[in-house]
Amino acid sequence: MSIRQGYDLALEDLRQDLLQMGRLVAISIHDAVDSLATQNADLARKVMDGDDAIDNMEHIIEDKCMVLIARQQPIARDLRVIGAGLKIITDLERMGDHAYDIAKITLKIIDQPLIKPLIDLPRMAEMAQKMLKDSLDAYVSLDITLAERVCLADDEVDNLNNQIFRELLTYMMQDPHTIPQATQLLFVARYLERIADHATNIAEWIIYLVTGQRLRQK
Amino acid sequence: MEQKIQVNKLKLYYGNVLALNKVSININTNSVIALIGPSGCGKSTFLKTINRMNDLIPNVRVEGEILLDGQNIYHPSVDVVMLRKRVGMVFQRPNPFPMSIYDNIAYGPRIHGVTANLDEVVENSLTDAALWSEVKDRLHSSAMGLSGGQQQRLCIARLLAVEPEVLLMDEPCSALDPISTMKIEELVTELKTNYTIVMVTHNMQQAARVSDKTAFFLSGEMVEYDETDSIFTRPQDKRTEDYITGRFG
Repeated sequence: MSIRQGYDLALEDLRQDLLQMGRLVAISIHDAVDSLATQNADLARKVMDGDDAIDNMEHIIEDKCMVLIARQQPIARDLRVIGAGLKIITDLERMGDHAYDIAKITLKIIDQPLIKPLIDLPRMAEMAQKMLKDSLDAYVSLDITLAERVCLADDEVDNLNNQIFRELLTYMMQDPHTIPQATQLLFVARYLERIADHATNIAEWIIYLVTGQRLRQK
Repeated sequence: MEQKIQVNKLKLYYGNVLALNKVSININTNSVIALIGPSGCGKSTFLKTINRMNDLIPNVRVEGEILLDGQNIYHPSVDVVMLRKRVGMVFQRPNPFPMSIYDNIAYGPRIHGVTANLDEVVENSLTDAALWSEVKDRLHSSAMGLSGGQQQRLCIARLLAVEPEVLLMDEPCSALDPISTMKIEELVTELKTNYTIVMVTHNMQQAARVSDKTAFFLSGEMVEYDETDSIFTRPQDKRTEDYITGRFG
């Protein structure tokens, strides 16, 4: 039995907050991509309005971490929980920003017919979302095998990003009228690629949290 | 890095009770080592073996060896008085002699036969112990009138006056207020340029702040000994982790 129950409760509270923030970001990304694929303006606006709640959670968690450091002098794993937590919420917040950016693009091209049916972008979105979900699951279960799998999945997302880039380039070369929308879709691909990168960062922090070691650089 | 102290499979018995079990540890010259662990784990006992203070306790038996600069300090030919001059000790509670500040510092050199330049020795020792500026105008008043933190620095100065090589500190700040504690910690960091310091502390943050390496003791055994940076961010043994994070037992 721990003799620091108040401290343990505070650390658990921090963990729950982080997961809650992760869930908000996951919903935001899902809705943003959905709003683009279905050209749903209401949903896009919901995503944009929801970003404040994510930013707010980041501040709440940061404050809790600062207070824990000041009052409990965390060391060893406790310190890694807090240090990794502070880094993870930064990644989550950026992911939320990218969901916001995608939703904004939905609104920008809302009145235009899509230049092509969206196939690879939703696939890429699905992969990025799975990476986020897996990294949050790995955080819950402290599963470093799962975390390592997230890091590996990042390459596939990068490949898909290149593929989308080449495809959209072909459209633009064939018909310059597609350029305004195609460049927006390129941005979407870029944002999804960044979201996957942030999920990878989170997974790397989980490996550090559990083992105290950094993942070997590729 | 040069090794000042090498401890090989040290065992210590109080009568039939095994208080230290096969402790092996190498201590680098000019470094600060923190010994941590719960009460009764053997850390203070271990500290005392380094200048044979445990010789003063009846029924103590020691096996294994401790090498100071390569020489076994438990060898029969060792002069214990000279050993304790080379390896000095600071205790939990400051213990100035009931005499003047000056005489406290001059005491050691005098019994070792030093009579020349005592003023210089006193000034240098007090300066090195970061106490000179606070007491230089009242060197001949009683040391008992100093504050606790000043008394502890006086005890360190008294030690430095006999030009030791190793300083053993047994919870040197546990009776001091936070400001005095910080002064001693700062002093320890400065002193390691010229001395090798082994410090027992119950204050985990103190160990983290001042030491280069930390050894964790439990039930007479040394469980883990590593760079302080590693011990406090990623200890390898779960018992160390449980202890330093306050979840012991």
